[in-house]
Amino acid sequence: MKKDANQSAKIKLFISRLVVYAILIFLSFLCLFFFYLMIINSSRSNAQLKTGFTIIPGGNFLKNLYNAWHDGDINIPVGMKNSFIIAMCSAILTTYFSAMTAYGTYVYDFKYKKFVHLFILAIMMIPSQVSAVGFIQLAFKYNLTNKLWMLIIPSIAAPAVYFYMRQYLEATLPLEMVEAARIDGSNEFKIFNQIVLPIMKPAIAVQMIFSFVGSWNNYFMPSLLLNKADKKTVPIMIATLRSADYSKFDMGKVYMLMLMAILPVMVIYIILSKSIIKGVTSGSVKG
Amino acid sequence: MEKGTSSPKTRSISYAKWGYIFILPFFIVYAIFTLYPQLLTVYNSFFEYYRDGLTVVGPNFVGLANYKALFTANSAGYVPIFKFLGNTIWLWVIGALPQFTIAMLLALFFTSTRLNIKGQQFFKTVIYMPNLIMASAFAMLFFALFSQVGPVNQLLVSSGITQQPINFLGMRIYVQSLIGLMNFLMWFGNTTILLMAGIQGIDESLFESARLDGSTSTQVFFNITMPLLMPIFIYVFITSMIGGIQMFDVPQVLTNGHGIPDNTSTTLIMYLNNFLGISKNYGMAGAVSMLLFVITAVLSTFVFKTINKK
Repeated sequence: MKKDANQSAKIKLFISRLVVYAILIFLSFLCLFFFYLMIINSSRSNAQLKTGFTIIPGGNFLKNLYNAWHDGDINIPVGMKNSFIIAMCSAILTTYFSAMTAYGTYVYDFKYKKFVHLFILAIMMIPSQVSAVGFIQLAFKYNLTNKLWMLIIPSIAAPAVYFYMRQYLEATLPLEMVEAARIDGSNEFKIFNQIVLPIMKPAIAVQMIFSFVGSWNNYFMPSLLLNKADKKTVPIMIATLRSADYSKFDMGKVYMLMLMAILPVMVIYIILSKSIIKGVTSGSVKG
Repeated sequence: MEKGTSSPKTRSISYAKWGYIFILPFFIVYAIFTLYPQLLTVYNSFFEYYRDGLTVVGPNFVGLANYKALFTANSAGYVPIFKFLGNTIWLWVIGALPQFTIAMLLALFFTSTRLNIKGQQFFKTVIYMPNLIMASAFAMLFFALFSQVGPVNQLLVSSGITQQPINFLGMRIYVQSLIGLMNFLMWFGNTTILLMAGIQGIDESLFESARLDGSTSTQVFFNITMPLLMPIFIYVFITSMIGGIQMFDVPQVLTNGHGIPDNTSTTLIMYLNNFLGISKNYGMAGAVSMLLFVITAVLSTFVFKTINKK
Protein backbone atom coordinates (compact mmCIF):
# COMPACT_ATOMS: atom_id res chain seq x y z
CA MET A 1 0.00 0.00 0.00
CA LYS A 2 2.60 2.51 1.11
CA LYS A 3 4.86 1.64 -1.76
CA ASP A 4 1.98 2.27 -4.19
CA ALA A 5 1.30 5.69 -2.70
CA ASN A 6 4.97 6.51 -2.95
CA GLN A 7 5.00 5.35 -6.54
CA SER A 8 2.02 7.49 -7.55
CA ALA A 9 3.48 10.52 -5.77
CA LYS A 10 6.64 10.07 -7.79
CA ILE A 11 4.69 9.85 -11.04
CA LYS A 12 2.72 12.93 -10.08
CA LEU A 13 5.92 14.85 -9.38
CA PHE A 14 7.40 13.69 -12.67
CA ILE A 15 4.35 14.90 -14.59
CA SER A 16 4.25 18.27 -12.82
CA ARG A 17 7.93 18.75 -13.56
CA LEU A 18 7.34 17.91 -17.20
CA VAL A 19 4.51 20.45 -17.45
CA VAL A 20 6.53 23.15 -15.68
CA TYR A 21 9.56 22.67 -17.91
CA ALA A 22 7.31 22.71 -20.98
CA ILE A 23 5.83 26.06 -19.87
CA LEU A 24 9.29 27.49 -19.14
CA ILE A 25 10.67 26.36 -22.46
CA PHE A 26 7.66 27.74 -24.31
CA LEU A 27 7.99 31.16 -22.65
CA SER A 28 11.74 31.23 -23.24
CA PHE A 29 11.11 30.37 -26.87
CA LEU A 30 8.60 33.23 -27.11
CA CYS A 31 11.14 35.68 -25.67
CA LEU A 32 13.95 34.57 -27.93
CA PHE A 33 11.94 33.96 -31.10
CA PHE A 34 11.41 37.62 -32.05
CA PHE A 35 15.04 38.49 -31.59
CA TYR A 36 16.16 35.43 -33.43
CA LEU A 37 13.87 36.50 -36.26
CA MET A 38 15.36 39.99 -36.19
CA ILE A 39 18.88 38.60 -36.48
CA ILE A 40 17.94 36.17 -39.26
CA ASN A 41 16.06 38.81 -41.20
CA SER A 42 18.94 41.25 -40.90
CA SER A 43 21.02 38.80 -42.89
CA ARG A 44 18.56 38.46 -45.78
CA SER A 45 18.12 40.52 -48.91
CA ASN A 46 14.95 42.44 -49.64
CA ALA A 47 13.96 39.84 -52.27
CA GLN A 48 14.54 36.97 -49.85
CA LEU A 49 12.47 38.75 -47.21
CA LYS A 50 9.54 38.97 -49.59
CA THR A 51 9.36 35.17 -49.55
CA GLY A 52 8.34 34.97 -45.89
CA PHE A 53 9.73 33.23 -42.82
CA THR A 54 12.80 31.11 -42.60
CA ILE A 55 15.00 29.96 -39.77
CA ILE A 56 18.21 29.86 -41.77
CA PRO A 57 20.24 33.06 -42.20
CA GLY A 58 20.62 34.54 -45.68
CA GLY A 59 23.99 35.66 -47.03
CA ASN A 60 23.39 39.38 -46.97
CA PHE A 61 24.49 40.26 -43.47
CA LEU A 62 27.54 42.31 -44.41
CA LYS A 63 25.79 43.97 -47.33
CA ASN A 64 22.88 45.00 -45.09
CA LEU A 65 25.33 46.20 -42.47
CA TYR A 66 27.10 48.33 -45.09
CA ASN A 67 23.80 49.72 -46.41
CA ALA A 68 22.45 50.49 -42.95
CA TRP A 69 25.67 52.18 -41.90
CA HIS A 70 25.76 54.35 -45.03
CA ASP A 71 22.05 55.11 -45.35
CA GLY A 72 21.35 58.60 -46.71
CA ASP A 73 18.31 59.37 -44.56
CA ILE A 74 19.06 57.61 -41.33
CA ASN A 75 22.53 58.37 -40.08
CA ILE A 76 22.82 55.51 -37.62
CA PRO A 77 26.52 56.02 -36.76
CA VAL A 78 25.73 59.58 -35.64
CA GLY A 79 22.62 58.34 -33.82
CA MET A 80 24.63 55.73 -31.98
CA LYS A 81 27.28 58.27 -31.11
CA ASN A 82 24.68 60.71 -29.72
CA SER A 83 22.89 57.97 -27.81
CA PHE A 84 26.19 56.75 -26.41
CA ILE A 85 27.27 60.22 -25.27
CA ILE A 86 23.94 60.85 -23.54
CA ALA A 87 23.72 57.38 -21.97
CA MET A 88 27.33 57.25 -20.79
CA CYS A 89 27.44 60.78 -19.33
CA SER A 90 24.04 60.32 -17.68
CA ALA A 91 25.13 57.01 -16.15
CA ILE A 92 28.26 58.57 -14.67
CA LEU A 93 26.57 61.73 -13.38
CA THR A 94 23.50 60.01 -11.98
CA THR A 95 25.47 57.44 -10.00
CA TYR A 96 28.14 59.85 -8.73
CA PHE A 97 25.74 62.55 -7.58
CA SER A 98 23.14 60.14 -6.22
CA ALA A 99 25.84 58.47 -4.15
CA MET A 100 26.95 61.91 -3.01
CA THR A 101 23.43 62.97 -2.02
CA ALA A 102 22.79 59.67 -0.24
CA TYR A 103 26.08 60.06 1.62
CA GLY A 104 25.07 63.59 2.57
CA THR A 105 21.78 62.56 4.19
CA TYR A 106 23.24 59.40 5.74
CA VAL A 107 26.48 60.50 7.33
CA TYR A 108 25.83 64.09 8.33
CA ASP A 109 23.45 65.47 10.91
CA PHE A 110 21.71 68.63 9.91
CA LYS A 111 18.45 70.21 10.79
CA TYR A 112 16.40 69.25 7.74
CA LYS A 113 18.04 65.89 7.16
CA LYS A 114 14.89 63.84 7.74
CA PHE A 115 12.76 66.22 5.71
CA VAL A 116 15.22 66.09 2.79
CA HIS A 117 15.15 62.30 2.79
CA LEU A 118 11.35 62.15 2.85
CA PHE A 119 11.09 64.88 0.22
CA ILE A 120 13.25 62.91 -2.22
CA LEU A 121 11.16 59.78 -1.58
CA ALA A 122 7.97 61.74 -2.20
CA ILE A 123 9.11 63.14 -5.55
CA MET A 124 10.31 59.73 -6.69
CA MET A 125 6.95 58.70 -8.06
CA ILE A 126 6.19 61.86 -10.05
CA PRO A 127 6.37 60.83 -13.70
CA SER A 128 8.97 62.66 -15.77
CA GLN A 129 6.25 63.57 -18.27
CA VAL A 130 4.74 65.97 -15.74
CA SER A 131 7.73 68.28 -16.04
CA ALA A 132 7.94 67.73 -19.81
CA VAL A 133 5.55 70.54 -20.76
CA GLY A 134 7.47 73.20 -18.85
CA PHE A 135 10.80 71.69 -19.86
CA ILE A 136 9.96 71.81 -23.55
CA GLN A 137 8.60 75.33 -23.22
CA LEU A 138 11.82 76.53 -21.58
CA ALA A 139 13.98 74.68 -24.10
CA PHE A 140 12.25 76.39 -27.02
CA LYS A 141 12.18 79.76 -25.28
CA TYR A 142 15.90 79.81 -24.51
CA ASN A 143 16.98 78.09 -27.72
CA LEU A 144 18.18 74.98 -25.94
CA THR A 145 16.72 72.37 -28.26
CA ASN A 146 19.17 70.06 -30.03
CA LYS A 147 21.58 70.26 -27.10
CA LEU A 148 22.62 66.87 -25.82
CA TRP A 149 23.52 68.20 -22.37
CA MET A 150 19.86 69.09 -21.84
CA LEU A 151 19.25 65.35 -21.63
CA ILE A 152 22.35 64.68 -19.53
CA ILE A 153 22.39 67.26 -16.73
CA PRO A 154 18.89 66.46 -15.33
CA SER A 155 20.14 62.95 -14.48
CA ILE A 156 22.08 64.46 -11.55
CA ALA A 157 18.79 64.64 -9.64
CA ALA A 158 17.52 61.05 -9.78
CA PRO A 159 15.39 60.20 -6.73
CA ALA A 160 15.19 56.45 -7.46
CA VAL A 161 18.96 56.12 -7.76
CA TYR A 162 19.38 58.16 -4.57
CA PHE A 163 17.02 55.77 -2.80
CA TYR A 164 19.01 52.75 -3.93
CA MET A 165 22.34 54.30 -2.92
CA ARG A 166 20.99 55.32 0.46
CA GLN A 167 19.85 51.77 1.17
CA TYR A 168 23.19 50.44 0.07
CA LEU A 169 25.04 52.85 2.36
CA GLU A 170 22.86 51.91 5.33
CA ALA A 171 23.71 48.27 4.75
CA THR A 172 27.43 48.55 4.05
CA LEU A 173 29.07 51.69 5.42
CA PRO A 174 30.05 51.67 9.09
CA LEU A 175 30.15 55.26 10.35
CA GLU A 176 33.20 54.41 12.44
CA MET A 177 35.08 54.15 9.18
CA VAL A 178 34.27 57.78 8.34
CA GLU A 179 35.32 58.85 11.82
CA ALA A 180 38.58 56.95 11.59
CA ALA A 181 39.37 58.65 8.29
CA ARG A 182 38.66 62.04 9.87
CA ILE A 183 41.10 61.28 12.69
CA ASP A 184 43.64 60.48 9.98
CA GLY A 185 43.12 64.03 8.78
CA SER A 186 41.28 63.42 5.52
CA ASN A 187 38.87 66.12 4.45
CA GLU A 188 35.23 65.32 3.77
CA PHE A 189 35.46 65.22 -0.04
CA LYS A 190 38.53 63.04 0.09
CA ILE A 191 36.76 60.62 2.43
CA PHE A 192 33.82 60.40 0.06
CA ASN A 193 35.87 60.03 -3.12
CA GLN A 194 38.62 57.76 -1.85
CA ILE A 195 37.00 55.68 0.87
CA VAL A 196 33.24 55.66 0.38
CA LEU A 197 33.02 55.46 -3.42
CA PRO A 198 35.19 52.30 -3.61
CA ILE A 199 32.90 50.66 -1.04
CA MET A 200 29.91 51.59 -3.18
CA LYS A 201 31.36 50.15 -6.39
CA PRO A 202 28.83 47.28 -6.69
CA ALA A 203 25.87 49.64 -6.23
CA ILE A 204 27.35 52.15 -8.68
CA ALA A 205 27.93 49.43 -11.27
CA VAL A 206 24.34 48.17 -11.08
CA GLN A 207 22.84 51.64 -11.28
CA MET A 208 25.17 52.65 -14.10
CA ILE A 209 23.91 49.72 -16.15
CA PHE A 210 20.25 50.50 -15.51
CA SER A 211 20.80 54.18 -16.16
CA PHE A 212 22.69 53.51 -19.37
CA VAL A 213 20.00 51.16 -20.66
CA GLY A 214 17.26 53.59 -19.66
CA SER A 215 18.85 56.51 -21.52
CA TRP A 216 19.79 54.41 -24.53
CA ASN A 217 16.17 53.31 -24.95
CA ASN A 218 14.57 56.63 -23.98
CA TYR A 219 12.29 57.97 -26.66
CA PHE A 220 9.76 60.48 -25.27
CA MET A 221 11.90 63.43 -24.16
CA PRO A 222 14.62 63.18 -26.84
CA SER A 223 12.01 63.06 -29.60
CA LEU A 224 10.54 66.35 -28.38
CA LEU A 225 13.89 68.02 -27.92
CA LEU A 226 16.06 66.82 -30.79
CA ASN A 227 14.96 67.50 -34.35
CA LYS A 228 18.22 68.20 -36.19
CA ALA A 229 19.51 65.21 -38.13
CA ASP A 230 22.95 65.31 -36.53
CA LYS A 231 21.54 65.44 -33.00
CA LYS A 232 18.98 62.63 -33.18
CA THR A 233 19.34 59.54 -31.01
CA VAL A 234 18.79 55.92 -32.02
CA PRO A 235 15.16 55.51 -30.80
CA ILE A 236 14.12 58.62 -32.77
CA MET A 237 15.72 57.18 -35.90
CA ILE A 238 14.03 53.81 -35.37
CA ALA A 239 10.68 55.56 -34.96
CA THR A 240 11.14 57.45 -38.24
CA LEU A 241 11.47 54.07 -39.98
CA ARG A 242 7.84 53.55 -39.12
CA SER A 243 6.71 56.54 -41.12
CA ALA A 244 8.84 55.64 -44.14
CA ASP A 245 7.17 54.11 -47.15
CA TYR A 246 8.04 50.54 -46.27
CA SER A 247 6.84 49.09 -49.59
CA LYS A 248 9.78 50.80 -51.27
CA PHE A 249 12.18 50.21 -48.40
CA ASP A 250 14.94 47.65 -48.31
CA MET A 251 13.60 45.59 -45.44
CA GLY A 252 16.95 43.88 -44.91
CA LYS A 253 18.35 47.26 -44.01
CA VAL A 254 15.40 47.99 -41.71
CA TYR A 255 15.98 44.79 -39.72
CA MET A 256 19.69 45.58 -39.60
CA LEU A 257 18.99 49.06 -38.18
CA MET A 258 16.79 47.53 -35.49
CA LEU A 259 19.48 45.02 -34.65
CA MET A 260 22.04 47.80 -34.34
CA ALA A 261 19.68 49.72 -32.07
CA ILE A 262 19.39 46.91 -29.55
CA LEU A 263 22.84 45.36 -29.91
CA PRO A 264 24.81 47.48 -27.39
CA VAL A 265 22.30 46.74 -24.64
CA MET A 266 22.22 43.06 -25.59
CA VAL A 267 26.01 42.81 -25.38
CA ILE A 268 25.95 44.44 -21.94
CA TYR A 269 23.19 42.06 -20.86
CA ILE A 270 24.92 38.92 -22.08
CA ILE A 271 28.08 39.87 -20.18
CA LEU A 272 26.42 41.16 -16.99
CA SER A 273 23.06 39.35 -16.84
CA LYS A 274 23.75 37.89 -13.41
CA SER A 275 24.34 41.19 -11.66
CA ILE A 276 21.57 42.89 -13.65
CA ILE A 277 19.01 40.31 -12.47
CA LYS A 278 20.28 40.67 -8.92
CA GLY A 279 19.90 44.43 -9.26
CA VAL A 280 16.24 44.10 -10.25
CA THR A 281 15.28 42.96 -6.77
CA SER A 282 17.74 44.72 -4.52
CA GLY A 283 16.58 48.12 -3.43
CA SER A 284 13.22 48.08 -5.13
CA VAL A 285 11.12 45.83 -2.92
CA LYS A 286 12.67 46.33 0.47
CA GLY A 287 11.04 49.72 0.99
CA MET B 1 17.68 54.57 12.04
CA GLU B 2 19.93 57.62 12.11
CA LYS B 3 23.08 56.13 13.47
CA GLY B 4 25.02 59.37 13.03
CA THR B 5 24.16 60.53 16.54
CA SER B 6 25.47 57.44 18.29
CA SER B 7 29.06 58.53 18.76
CA PRO B 8 29.53 61.43 21.17
CA LYS B 9 33.01 62.18 19.85
CA THR B 10 31.77 63.52 16.55
CA ARG B 11 29.63 66.10 18.30
CA SER B 12 32.64 68.26 19.13
CA ILE B 13 33.02 69.44 15.52
CA SER B 14 29.87 70.21 13.58
CA TYR B 15 29.82 68.62 10.17
CA ALA B 16 26.32 69.89 9.40
CA LYS B 17 27.49 72.26 6.67
CA TRP B 18 29.01 69.31 4.80
CA GLY B 19 25.60 67.68 4.75
CA TYR B 20 24.23 70.69 2.90
CA ILE B 21 27.21 70.81 0.55
CA PHE B 22 26.80 67.15 -0.41
CA ILE B 23 23.09 67.45 -1.18
CA LEU B 24 23.45 70.80 -2.94
CA PRO B 25 24.08 69.58 -6.54
CA PHE B 26 21.00 67.37 -6.40
CA PHE B 27 18.76 70.21 -5.31
CA ILE B 28 20.17 72.80 -7.70
CA VAL B 29 19.61 70.49 -10.67
CA TYR B 30 16.24 69.38 -9.32
CA ALA B 31 15.07 72.97 -8.92
CA ILE B 32 16.12 74.08 -12.40
CA PHE B 33 15.38 71.01 -14.51
CA THR B 34 12.44 69.41 -12.73
CA LEU B 35 10.71 71.57 -10.15
CA TYR B 36 10.63 74.80 -12.14
CA PRO B 37 9.34 73.05 -15.31
CA GLN B 38 6.74 71.28 -13.17
CA LEU B 39 5.49 74.54 -11.70
CA LEU B 40 5.48 76.01 -15.18
CA THR B 41 3.36 73.06 -16.31
CA VAL B 42 0.81 73.76 -13.60
CA TYR B 43 0.88 77.48 -14.44
CA ASN B 44 0.40 76.76 -18.17
CA SER B 45 -2.66 74.67 -17.51
CA PHE B 46 -4.59 77.84 -16.61
CA PHE B 47 -3.63 79.67 -19.78
CA GLU B 48 -4.65 79.66 -23.41
CA TYR B 49 -1.27 79.27 -25.05
CA TYR B 50 -0.66 77.56 -28.36
CA ARG B 51 0.76 78.02 -31.80
CA ASP B 52 -1.45 78.39 -34.83
CA GLY B 53 0.70 78.29 -37.94
CA LEU B 54 3.33 80.96 -37.40
CA THR B 55 1.39 82.98 -34.86
CA VAL B 56 1.48 82.30 -31.15
CA VAL B 57 -1.85 82.61 -29.36
CA GLY B 58 -1.61 83.71 -25.74
CA PRO B 59 -0.66 83.27 -23.05
CA ASN B 60 -4.09 84.44 -21.88
CA PHE B 61 -5.42 83.50 -18.49
CA VAL B 62 -8.50 81.32 -18.96
CA GLY B 63 -9.00 79.81 -15.52
CA LEU B 64 -10.22 76.24 -15.70
CA ALA B 65 -11.20 76.38 -19.37
CA ASN B 66 -8.47 73.93 -20.40
CA TYR B 67 -9.65 71.41 -17.84
CA LYS B 68 -13.21 71.87 -19.03
CA ALA B 69 -12.10 71.32 -22.62
CA LEU B 70 -10.23 68.23 -21.50
CA PHE B 71 -13.29 66.52 -20.06
CA THR B 72 -15.96 67.59 -22.51
CA ALA B 73 -16.42 67.35 -26.25
CA ASN B 74 -16.44 70.85 -27.72
CA SER B 75 -16.23 72.99 -30.80
CA ALA B 76 -12.43 72.84 -30.95
CA GLY B 77 -12.80 69.17 -31.81
CA TYR B 78 -11.41 67.77 -28.59
CA VAL B 79 -12.45 64.25 -27.71
CA PRO B 80 -13.13 63.95 -23.96
CA ILE B 81 -10.01 62.63 -22.28
CA PHE B 82 -11.92 59.70 -20.77
CA LYS B 83 -11.46 57.95 -24.07
CA PHE B 84 -7.65 58.12 -23.83
CA LEU B 85 -7.67 57.33 -20.15
CA GLY B 86 -9.87 54.33 -20.93
CA ASN B 87 -7.56 53.23 -23.75
CA THR B 88 -4.52 53.50 -21.49
CA ILE B 89 -6.11 51.49 -18.69
CA TRP B 90 -7.46 48.87 -21.09
CA LEU B 91 -4.10 48.48 -22.87
CA TRP B 92 -2.42 48.10 -19.51
CA VAL B 93 -4.99 45.54 -18.31
CA ILE B 94 -4.70 43.24 -21.32
CA GLY B 95 -0.94 43.10 -20.85
CA ALA B 96 -0.95 43.02 -17.04
CA LEU B 97 -3.48 40.20 -16.61
CA PRO B 98 -1.37 37.54 -18.34
CA GLN B 99 1.76 39.23 -16.97
CA PHE B 100 0.77 38.80 -13.33
CA THR B 101 -0.83 35.38 -13.80
CA ILE B 102 2.19 33.92 -15.56
CA ALA B 103 4.67 35.72 -13.28
CA MET B 104 2.91 34.39 -10.16
CA LEU B 105 2.98 30.86 -11.56
CA LEU B 106 6.64 31.09 -12.54
CA ALA B 107 7.58 32.57 -9.17
CA LEU B 108 5.87 29.61 -7.47
CA PHE B 109 7.59 27.13 -9.79
CA PHE B 110 11.02 28.64 -9.20
CA THR B 111 10.67 28.73 -5.41
CA SER B 112 9.11 25.27 -5.06
CA THR B 113 11.49 22.95 -3.25
CA ARG B 114 9.33 20.02 -4.38
CA LEU B 115 9.73 20.80 -8.08
CA ASN B 116 13.38 21.81 -7.66
CA ILE B 117 13.63 23.46 -11.08
CA LYS B 118 17.06 23.30 -12.69
CA GLY B 119 18.51 25.98 -14.95
CA GLN B 120 16.76 28.82 -13.14
CA GLN B 121 19.50 31.31 -13.94
CA PHE B 122 19.12 30.56 -17.63
CA PHE B 123 15.32 30.88 -17.61
CA LYS B 124 15.43 34.09 -15.59
CA THR B 125 18.05 35.57 -17.92
CA VAL B 126 15.93 34.78 -20.98
CA ILE B 127 12.56 35.97 -19.66
CA TYR B 128 14.01 39.20 -18.30
CA MET B 129 15.75 40.07 -21.55
CA PRO B 130 12.79 41.70 -23.39
CA ASN B 131 12.60 44.25 -20.57
CA LEU B 132 15.90 45.78 -21.70
CA ILE B 133 15.05 45.93 -25.39
CA MET B 134 14.44 49.37 -26.82
CA ALA B 135 10.64 49.60 -26.82
CA SER B 136 10.54 51.62 -30.02
CA ALA B 137 12.65 49.00 -31.84
CA PHE B 138 10.48 46.22 -30.44
CA ALA B 139 7.35 47.97 -31.70
CA MET B 140 8.99 48.59 -35.08
CA LEU B 141 9.86 44.89 -35.29
CA PHE B 142 6.23 43.96 -34.63
CA PHE B 143 5.13 46.44 -37.25
CA ALA B 144 7.53 44.93 -39.80
CA LEU B 145 6.33 41.41 -38.98
CA PHE B 146 2.60 42.17 -38.97
CA SER B 147 2.33 44.78 -41.75
CA GLN B 148 0.26 44.05 -44.86
CA VAL B 149 3.34 42.87 -46.75
CA GLY B 150 5.04 41.39 -43.68
CA PRO B 151 6.05 37.76 -43.18
CA VAL B 152 3.08 36.90 -40.95
CA ASN B 153 0.64 37.81 -43.70
CA GLN B 154 2.73 36.00 -46.30
CA LEU B 155 2.58 32.88 -44.16
CA LEU B 156 -1.19 33.20 -43.67
CA VAL B 157 -1.84 33.63 -47.38
CA SER B 158 0.62 31.06 -48.67
CA SER B 159 -0.61 28.43 -46.25
CA GLY B 160 -4.16 29.13 -47.35
CA ILE B 161 -5.46 30.14 -43.91
CA THR B 162 -6.67 33.43 -45.37
CA GLN B 163 -7.32 34.51 -48.95
CA GLN B 164 -6.30 38.14 -48.45
CA PRO B 165 -3.62 39.55 -46.16
CA ILE B 166 -5.11 40.64 -42.84
CA ASN B 167 -4.85 44.35 -42.09
CA PHE B 168 -3.52 43.78 -38.56
CA LEU B 169 -2.74 47.45 -38.04
CA GLY B 170 -6.14 48.62 -39.21
CA MET B 171 -8.25 46.61 -36.81
CA ARG B 172 -8.73 47.50 -33.20
CA ILE B 173 -8.66 43.98 -31.83
CA TYR B 174 -5.33 43.19 -33.50
CA VAL B 175 -3.62 46.48 -32.66
CA GLN B 176 -4.65 46.25 -29.02
CA SER B 177 -3.70 42.57 -28.82
CA LEU B 178 -0.26 43.29 -30.28
CA ILE B 179 0.31 46.09 -27.77
CA GLY B 180 -0.86 43.80 -24.96
CA LEU B 181 1.41 41.02 -26.16
CA MET B 182 4.42 43.31 -26.35
CA ASN B 183 3.81 44.73 -22.89
CA PHE B 184 3.36 41.21 -21.55
CA LEU B 185 6.62 40.03 -23.13
CA MET B 186 8.51 43.08 -21.87
CA TRP B 187 7.31 42.87 -18.27
CA PHE B 188 6.46 39.33 -17.17
CA GLY B 189 10.11 38.44 -16.53
CA ASN B 190 10.63 41.51 -14.38
CA THR B 191 7.46 40.74 -12.39
CA THR B 192 8.50 37.10 -11.96
CA ILE B 193 11.84 38.11 -10.46
CA LEU B 194 10.22 40.60 -8.06
CA LEU B 195 7.50 38.20 -6.87
CA MET B 196 10.07 35.45 -6.52
CA ALA B 197 12.18 37.60 -4.25
CA GLY B 198 9.02 38.26 -2.23
CA ILE B 199 8.26 34.57 -1.82
CA GLN B 200 11.85 33.84 -0.88
CA GLY B 201 11.53 36.45 1.86
CA ILE B 202 8.84 34.41 3.59
CA ASP B 203 10.05 32.39 6.57
CA GLU B 204 10.83 28.88 5.30
CA SER B 205 9.71 27.25 8.55
CA LEU B 206 6.10 28.32 7.88
CA PHE B 207 6.02 26.21 4.73
CA GLU B 208 7.75 23.39 6.56
CA SER B 209 5.21 23.20 9.37
CA ALA B 210 2.29 23.51 6.95
CA ARG B 211 3.63 20.54 5.05
CA LEU B 212 3.97 18.54 8.25
CA ASP B 213 0.35 19.40 9.06
CA GLY B 214 -0.56 17.80 5.75
CA SER B 215 -1.71 20.97 3.95
CA THR B 216 -2.07 20.72 0.18
CA SER B 217 -0.10 23.11 -1.99
CA THR B 218 -3.33 25.02 -2.80
CA GLN B 219 -3.96 25.49 0.92
CA VAL B 220 -0.37 26.63 1.44
CA PHE B 221 -0.72 29.12 -1.40
CA PHE B 222 -3.96 30.71 -0.14
CA ASN B 223 -3.27 30.53 3.59
CA ILE B 224 0.45 31.28 3.78
CA THR B 225 2.10 32.42 0.54
CA MET B 226 -0.50 34.89 -0.70
CA PRO B 227 -1.29 36.68 2.61
CA LEU B 228 2.41 37.11 3.40
CA LEU B 229 3.25 38.11 -0.14
CA MET B 230 0.41 40.65 -0.27
CA PRO B 231 2.40 43.83 0.58
CA ILE B 232 4.99 43.06 -2.11
CA PHE B 233 2.34 41.93 -4.55
CA ILE B 234 0.45 45.22 -4.11
CA TYR B 235 3.70 47.16 -4.44
CA VAL B 236 4.60 45.43 -7.71
CA PHE B 237 1.04 45.68 -8.97
CA ILE B 238 0.66 49.41 -8.36
CA THR B 239 4.14 50.18 -9.67
CA SER B 240 3.10 48.36 -12.82
CA MET B 241 -0.05 50.49 -12.95
CA ILE B 242 2.01 53.68 -12.60
CA GLY B 243 4.18 52.45 -15.45
CA GLY B 244 1.08 51.55 -17.45
CA ILE B 245 -0.41 55.02 -17.11
CA GLN B 246 2.81 56.33 -18.72
CA MET B 247 2.60 53.89 -21.65
CA PHE B 248 3.92 55.57 -24.77
CA ASP B 249 6.75 54.09 -26.87
CA VAL B 250 5.08 50.86 -27.96
CA PRO B 251 1.68 52.22 -29.14
CA GLN B 252 3.30 55.41 -30.47
CA VAL B 253 5.71 53.61 -32.78
CA LEU B 254 3.40 50.72 -33.66
CA THR B 255 0.62 53.08 -34.79
CA ASN B 256 2.96 55.82 -36.04
CA GLY B 257 1.55 58.17 -33.41
CA HIS B 258 -1.99 58.01 -34.73
CA GLY B 259 -3.45 55.49 -32.29
CA ILE B 260 -5.01 53.68 -35.23
CA PRO B 261 -7.72 52.76 -35.84
CA ASP B 262 -9.79 55.79 -34.89
CA ASN B 263 -7.79 56.70 -31.75
CA THR B 264 -8.58 53.37 -30.09
CA SER B 265 -4.94 52.90 -29.13
CA THR B 266 -4.08 56.50 -28.28
CA THR B 267 -2.77 56.58 -24.71
CA LEU B 268 -2.68 59.55 -22.34
CA ILE B 269 0.97 60.28 -23.07
CA MET B 270 0.40 59.98 -26.82
CA TYR B 271 -2.36 62.57 -26.39
CA LEU B 272 0.03 64.76 -24.39
CA ASN B 273 2.70 64.26 -27.04
CA ASN B 274 0.33 65.55 -29.74
CA PHE B 275 -0.08 68.82 -27.87
CA LEU B 276 3.69 69.20 -27.60
CA GLY B 277 4.24 68.67 -31.32
CA ILE B 278 3.78 71.40 -33.90
CA SER B 279 0.84 73.05 -32.11
CA LYS B 280 2.89 73.58 -28.92
CA ASN B 281 -0.38 73.78 -27.01
CA TYR B 282 1.19 74.33 -23.59
CA GLY B 283 -2.17 75.11 -22.03
CA MET B 284 -3.87 71.85 -22.90
CA ALA B 285 -0.65 69.86 -22.44
CA GLY B 286 -0.39 71.35 -18.94
CA ALA B 287 -3.91 70.21 -18.11
CA VAL B 288 -3.21 66.66 -19.35
CA SER B 289 -0.03 66.59 -17.25
CA MET B 290 -1.95 67.66 -14.16
CA LEU B 291 -4.41 64.81 -14.62
CA LEU B 292 -1.46 62.44 -15.00
CA PHE B 293 0.07 63.86 -11.84
CA VAL B 294 -3.11 63.39 -9.80
CA ILE B 295 -3.55 59.78 -10.93
CA THR B 296 0.06 58.92 -10.12
CA ALA B 297 -0.10 60.70 -6.78
CA VAL B 298 -3.15 58.66 -5.73
CA LEU B 299 -1.52 55.41 -6.82
CA SER B 300 1.76 56.32 -5.11
CA THR B 301 -0.03 56.97 -1.84
CA PHE B 302 -1.17 53.35 -1.94
CA VAL B 303 2.40 52.22 -2.52
CA PHE B 304 3.71 54.18 0.45
CA LYS B 305 0.90 52.90 2.64
CA THR B 306 1.70 49.27 1.84
CA ILE B 307 5.39 49.86 2.40
CA ASN B 308 4.78 51.51 5.76
CA LYS B 309 2.39 48.80 6.90
CA LYS B 310 5.23 46.38 6.49
